[in-house]
Amino acid sequence: MTEFTKHEPHTVYIKPSKGLAALNLRDLFTFRELIFFMVWRDVKVKYKQTLLGMAWAVVQPVMTMLVFTFLFDRVAKLPTEGVPYPVFSFTALLPWGLFVTALNQGSRSLVAHQNMVTKIYFPRLILPTASVFAGMVDFLIAFVILVILMFYYQVTPAWHLVWTLPLFLLLAIITALGVALWLSAINVQYRDVNQALPFLTQFWLFATPVAYSASVISEEWQLAYSLNPMAGVVNGFRWALLGVGNGPDAALWVSIGISVLIFVTGLFYFKSMEKTFADTI
Amino acid sequence: MTTAISVHNLGKQYKIGAAETKFRYNMLRDVIVDTVSAPIRLAKAMIGKSDRRMNQNYVWALKDVSFDLEEGKVLGIVGRNGAGKSTLLKILSRVTEPTTGTVTVRGRVGSLLEVGTGFHPELTGRENIYMNGAILGMKRTEIDSKFDEIVDFSEVNQFIDTPVKRYSSGMYLRLAFAVAAHLEPEILVVDEVLAVGDAEFQKKCLGKMGDVAQQGRTVLFVSHNMSAILRLTQEAIVLNKGQLIMRAPSQEAVDFYLSSGQSQAGERVWEADEIPAASAPFTPISLKVKERGGKVVDTVRSTEPVTVEFEYKLSSPVTGLRVGLYVSTMRGEYVFTSFDTDTPELYEKFDSRNVGHYISRAELPADIFNEGRYTVGVNASSFGVKRYFMDENALAFTVDISGAPGTQWGEPRVGPVRPRLNWKIEKIA
Repeated sequence: MTEFTKHEPHTVYIKPSKGLAALNLRDLFTFRELIFFMVWRDVKVKYKQTLLGMAWAVVQPVMTMLVFTFLFDRVAKLPTEGVPYPVFSFTALLPWGLFVTALNQGSRSLVAHQNMVTKIYFPRLILPTASVFAGMVDFLIAFVILVILMFYYQVTPAWHLVWTLPLFLLLAIITALGVALWLSAINVQYRDVNQALPFLTQFWLFATPVAYSASVISEEWQLAYSLNPMAGVVNGFRWALLGVGNGPDAALWVSIGISVLIFVTGLFYFKSMEKTFADTI
Repeated sequence: MTTAISVHNLGKQYKIGAAETKFRYNMLRDVIVDTVSAPIRLAKAMIGKSDRRMNQNYVWALKDVSFDLEEGKVLGIVGRNGAGKSTLLKILSRVTEPTTGTVTVRGRVGSLLEVGTGFHPELTGRENIYMNGAILGMKRTEIDSKFDEIVDFSEVNQFIDTPVKRYSSGMYLRLAFAVAAHLEPEILVVDEVLAVGDAEFQKKCLGKMGDVAQQGRTVLFVSHNMSAILRLTQEAIVLNKGQLIMRAPSQEAVDFYLSSGQSQAGERVWEADEIPAASAPFTPISLKVKERGGKVVDTVRSTEPVTVEFEYKLSSPVTGLRVGLYVSTMRGEYVFTSFDTDTPELYEKFDSRNVGHYISRAELPADIFNEGRYTVGVNASSFGVKRYFMDENALAFTVDISGAPGTQWGEPRVGPVRPRLNWKIEKIA
């Protein structure tokens, strides 16, 4: 017969899970190929039957950057710590764009794949996780644009700091995944999440130093401001790429702490709700 | 022999009433209203005016079910709608978690229900095969090795690199089925009740199931079609209201199910927990078989007309509703189908049916049925729009043929109908 029937089938025990459900990372490992396929599919399908195709990944952040440049540089003349405003804002738009896509796609992922959830078993964590990682392709394309922008404005990267960039990227991903875990699980039961997401994204943008510099926030508010983990990510990106801002300080550690807290609680909340997904979705 | 599936005291509790019928989409607002009104409900309960809902909140879809199944056996599962058959399969395939009890499953569980799950219209046939395979738990190398076989089986070779949204529905289904059929799980669960597709496709599913069983793999088969159960399984369990009431060789189990479960003396009454939420605004109440005198009977005479009454309620107006009957033999062959708006006059008159309490009554003329037992199924649907309610085995009745044409010879006649034909004998030479 086939290759599959030769080896000993593994035994599965099905029983009601109790308390804080075990994370069952082994299952996640067994299905690792599915994560890859889901990411691949999301990327592949995203710009199908569009005229511009992948160019959308460029158009969106560039247009936002142009609007920001007009409003906040030409009109409002916000300080940018000596960096040309387009580069200054684009550096922040990179992680922000990744975060927004991940948050929106991730939070809707379970409901969007209803028929999979109600018909077959697979670790449900795969859905929000894959949605978050699917945003990485857009991020990489936008990154190329940033490099071009930096050449054009002759901005020298902070070479000695650039190595920290992946760490800030990781922080952005953990934050997005954490929030997506919470919201996707809540969305299964309360579709209000769909309605709340656009607002949430908008408010979050205002609370994050994307269009402006974190230095305009007064000293006594800095710590409270860093409760928003995306503030830490955006500041970190500017510091690692352009060498502006404070670098790792108390505020960053607060951001990291909050981000990890959201992620870990999100994971447990997701896991505890997981068993009812198929019944309530 | 090793045990493939071991089910021990399995139970599954579902929340009903408040959670599902009152607010289907579970708005936060409803929860707030509910929370605010909670003290009032509590007060009511304390002074004895208990809200009906409070006791109704939970229902056991499955309770204390235990059985073992050896490797390579084919087990049939029979029971009415709402008896817990589908819940049992869902737990076995790990889609939902049990509330109590344990199950031990040796090997991968696959089901033909998953056909096409995760297919994306924008992806090509080739891409969807890989995607779908991964969703069903196949390894990439496994899909690689079976790829050609899958494509051949699906007969879509020349369109394999076309997005599946350009496929005809038949091609789509064939491709989806081909992937599921090549999964080769150690344990296959088949829920024919929920199977999609046309008769041809369902036949293919059953064929595949037969193959799987012959290869010595374990199969669980849910069906309302008793002849399929008899043909494909050696053993069957009977579920009733979530409990396992019998396990026996198929013939015995089917006989038991047919004689106990369904034939409630020519009458079938639907209880609240047997009606799926999706059937709203249609609520079936009862189905009755009556003899000429108006008495509800289990056995009818083939020489007399019989009346079949289907009583139901509509909680909101429905356009194009048709309520009808399927009559089939115990072996699952259809004898006929008929709807209450079949005639042009009634079709015009009941173009839209208002809110109300109705009876659709049909008179089955004398001299149609042959001797034997027949099942009546009911269906309420708007053609091409929605099927509100369907119960393929609503009730059964027995036909007695004394006095029917041809009884003077005392031999059984083949075929489900026994018409009184207008024979003429002419001597031409």
